[in-house]
Parts: sequence; C-alpha cells; structure tokens
Amino acid sequence: MRPAGLDSFKNIREQNIMTLKQKKEEGTKVAGIYCQFCPRELVLAAGAIPVGLCGTKNDPIAAAEKDLPRNLCPLIKSSYGFAVTDTCPYFHFSDLVIGETTCDGKKKMFELMQKIKPVHVMHLPQMPDRASSLALWYDEILRVKAAIEEQFGVEITDEAIREAIHITNQEARALKELFDLNTAKPALLTGTELLMTSFQVSFIADRRQGIAMLDNLVAEVRELALKGYHVGDENTPRILITGTPIGMGSEKVVTLVEECGGLVVAMQNCSGYTPATLHIDESDTRDPIMLLAEKYIGIPCSVMSPNPGRRETLERMISEFKVDGVIDLTWQACHTFNIESYFIAELVKDKLGLPFLHLETDYSDSDRETLRVRIEAFLEMI
Amino acid sequence: MLVAGVDVGSVATKVVIIKDDTFYFRTAPTGWSPRQAGTEVLQDLLSDLGYRKEELDYVVATGYGRVSLGFADKTVTEITCHARGAAYLVPGCSLVIDIGGQDSKAIKIDPQGQVLDFAMNDKCAAGTGRFLQVIAAALGNAVSELSEMAAGRTPLALNSMCAVFAESEVIGLLASGHDKGEIVAGLHHSIARRIASMVGRLGSFDRVAFTGGVARNDSLRQCLESVLGTDVIVPENCQMAGALGAALIARGYCK
Repeated sequence: MRPAGLDSFKNIREQNIMTLKQKKEEGTKVAGIYCQFCPRELVLAAGAIPVGLCGTKNDPIAAAEKDLPRNLCPLIKSSYGFAVTDTCPYFHFSDLVIGETTCDGKKKMFELMQKIKPVHVMHLPQMPDRASSLALWYDEILRVKAAIEEQFGVEITDEAIREAIHITNQEARALKELFDLNTAKPALLTGTELLMTSFQVSFIADRRQGIAMLDNLVAEVRELALKGYHVGDENTPRILITGTPIGMGSEKVVTLVEECGGLVVAMQNCSGYTPATLHIDESDTRDPIMLLAEKYIGIPCSVMSPNPGRRETLERMISEFKVDGVIDLTWQACHTFNIESYFIAELVKDKLGLPFLHLETDYSDSDRETLRVRIEAFLEMI
Repeated sequence: MLVAGVDVGSVATKVVIIKDDTFYFRTAPTGWSPRQAGTEVLQDLLSDLGYRKEELDYVVATGYGRVSLGFADKTVTEITCHARGAAYLVPGCSLVIDIGGQDSKAIKIDPQGQVLDFAMNDKCAAGTGRFLQVIAAALGNAVSELSEMAAGRTPLALNSMCAVFAESEVIGLLASGHDKGEIVAGLHHSIARRIASMVGRLGSFDRVAFTGGVARNDSLRQCLESVLGTDVIVPENCQMAGALGAALIARGYCK
C-alpha cells in the first residue's frame, strides 16, 4: 500500500541528465547552484535552467583533498571533488556556476573552482538586521542578474522575474504540502522517503513537471491516509533533524534513526523545510529585485548573526510536527552550525524539556557504529 | 522470576543474574568472539546456580557486542544500562562517569536512573582503558599497578592525550630519567581533565558515580574528585554496572 507516487521520483535524477543534455543541444543555458541563497528566479527569468549541483556524496572527497585541507566541511570537499573529477553531470552541463560567500570554506573553495568553470560569487552579507546589509545584497542581486545576462546573452525583464517568482512560489508551496503531511500522527512518510523526494525533485529541469509530481504524490498520500495508511505507529519516536543540509549520499543519520526504530518526521535545514517556507507576496508591486533581496536575506542560516529565525522556526515546527526529540547535525568543521548548537540545545533541552542530541560527523561511514550507539541511546531516552 | 543482563564489552564480558531479589555476578575476558563470550559466561553462571538457559524469563544484552547475542530478548545501549545500574549501586547520584575499554562517557541521570543527557568520547583511545593499557605496557607494568604507582606522587605535566603520541612522550620521559610514578600521576591528571570537560557540557553535579573497569584505579578516582570538586564514588561492583542495569531492565519487563 506504499504510495506509488514515491517511485516516480526514484530515477528522476538519471532521467533528467538526458533531458538536460537534449536541452543543452537545443541551445538552452544551464546555471549550476549550490546554496539556497542563490536567487534561482533570475536563472528561470533568463530562460535558463537552474540545477542543484552534486555535493552530498563521499566518493569524490579523496580527490578534493589533493587541493583542499582534510579538516574542512565534507559538503565543500564533495562539491569541489565532483567538479574537479568531472563526475557530476550537472556541473558538466553548467554554463555558469553561481556561488555565495556563505562561509569561509566555500568562499575560498570557489576561488579554486574558477579554474575549472566560470563561477560568479555573490557577496552575502551576514548581519541581516542592518540596513546596509540589505543594500549590499540588493546590489549583489543586480550584479548576478548582469552576470547571467552577459553569460547567457539575454535580457532579464521584470515581467519574466515576476513569472519566475510565481513558479518558485508554487514549488515552495508544493514542497511545504509534502513536508506538512507529517504533521499527522502517526506520520505518513518516513524521513528517508521525504529526503529522497525533496532531493530528487531539485534535479528536475522543468519546474512545472516537478510541481505536478509533488502535487500528485501529496494527493495520493492524503487519499491513502483516509484509508488508514501511515508509517510507524502512535508510539514511534518522532524525531526532528536540524542543522546542516542532507542529501542522498549523506543521509546516514536519517537512516540510522529509522534503523534504530525512530522516525524522522521533519527536517529543519536548507535541504528540508527551510526553502519550503520561503515565499514572495505576488501582489507586492515593488521592484522585483528588492523582493528577491528581502526573500533571500531572510533565510535563517547559521552564518547569519544573530540568527533568531532558526530557533523561532524550530520551536514552531517542534509543536506542529509533535516532535519527541531533536537531533542537531553538524558537518565536521562547520563552525557556524557547531557553535549555534549551544542555542539550539538551550531551546530544546531547557525551554522545551525535550531530549536533544548534537552530532558532528562527515560523509564517511567510519563512525557509523559509534553514531548508532548514540542515536539508540537517544531514542531510549524518549 | 529469573532474569539476566549480559554486557559484552570490548575487554570483559559481564553477566548479572537476578533470581527473585538475589543478585549473582560473573565476569570473564571477552576474547575474540563477543558472541561466544556472552553465551559462555552466562552459561557458566547459570550452571553454577543450577539453572538451565530455558528457565530464564528475560535476557537483556548490552555493550558493543550486544547485537551478536541472538538469544537476548532485547538489546539496550550501554548508556541506558550503565545509568540504570549506577543509580542502583550509588543511590542519589546524578551523574555517571563510565570509563571502559574503548570509550568513556558521562551520563546525566534522574533519581530512577533514567538518562537525561549524555556525552561520549568514542572518536579515539584518549582517556579510555585502552589508553591506560598502552601506557602501562610502555612502562613495563600491568594496568592494575598504575594506581599504586601514582599514589602520593606529584603529577608530571604531559602534553599528549593521543594514545600513540603519549606512548612516545612517556618513553622520552623515561629516557630522560623521570620517575614512573610521576609520569603515571600526570597521565591520570590528563584523563581527569578530559573527563571534566565532557562533564562540563552536561552541567555541575554534587554526587558522581564512577563505573567501568578503569574505576578500580583509585588514584584516577582521586584526580577526578579534585578536578570536578565533588565526591566521586566507586561502587564495589563498578565493572558490573552495565550488566546490572541490563538485568534490572530485564526484571522490569517481567513485572
């Protein structure tokens, strides 16, 4: 009785490589992106395809370590490793890569990546409350718009941006509806299924197709739920994972939680719920570049200081998703998430009185068994 | 009612059997096969008590070899079991420090022995029983001699906590004529400081239980007391806390 719609996402990544190849041959431009901060609406408005680039697997990390230090975040090493070994087809097809100065590691890695591909790096201000930060970010969005226009030889009109805002809003809405299925208790989708679906859909070249697939899956699961379908039961520990992003290849903590008898009902990170909550008011008639600037500077990433938004979102999610315990995942050497864990612990343990576990790990399997003991003990606390 | 807790650790296998309200303990080296060790130690103790395995009402397995014991009714992590066992052995303690063969952990507990929070060092051998074994070997002594060697000595400042580097540092210190007792006292202080930083993440505590094989080292216990500034209590069966916790959990399932 498992939702059949899930299977439609399984091979999407592979199928889309062919679609992308074909589009490229027809002259469509492709922009590779890494981070949620990239205003993908501008890529869409340029008639180009935004694609998420690979950076969630352990395989190319050894190659990356020829140029990068070992003691660096695995996401940065994996991204660079895929690029330098030319093993990410999406990177291969990209005419332009858009990066941001989200952290020191990425910022400096992009300097190395410039040797392989044209990389436009956006200067991301990190104190979002300051007026000067918004002004700088507005300017950076104008800059990336100009870079896309120049690289792709097109003009991006306000009208096209507004259309792209509409599509991107729809995509966020569809994703949010998918994630919100798990506010039901017992839950309707496992964390592994949520992760697979939201990860795979990011590779679909045709946004409308992706939205339709998500909508179909949500409708199917809702219908199944009416007939009594659920995963786990009333007593299954409901875990929320927060922190650094997770993708296929770096899903070991999600897998371990579910192998040990828990269920990851929600993920508060930029590969999970965060982008699904971003929205631009389409009736706002102000300069669309300003609308984009305001949307993206509001992402509650740990690189922002201070970053109360993450805790507010987390507290709301813990209540809406009826969460029993929180795991804060930090990729090795990610200082901002690692330090911010102090505040997350304070919120979860002291204010809400829930079990909390902070894990620092990388993409390798070397600590799988030691992680398993911690996760099992954490679930036993519930 | 007859229940058992089996704790298959990296160095020793511990078994606790509870028959009604009487507790029986047995321990033996784990050796190369956790499955065999767990089965045999349980079997030995059962035979000596005149019971057959089939008469057991419930068995809980814990420790790193817990999953290899097919006959267990349930497996529970060593964190939960140690908490439960230590709360029983040291009534009123709010923190358990367990130093075993391959990891060390600090567990914050409530009066019933339920885990409230924990911190664990399992990334390397630093501050574990294995670390002490390596150092004892470099000194040409047995682990059991370390406590007495360090007693009353002024600790020497040591720089390294990595088992490999500490071994070379110790050899260097011996070569330059330093006293073995002072070196061992220094090592105990390094371990205590490391444990204290782990404890610090969980809060402050006034009654601490110290368990695991390494807890038999009284010099180290004293170091922990002075570094933590609190009473550190080692129960008589300090090595049995995990198995005892497992047996108590097993008993809970039977009631």
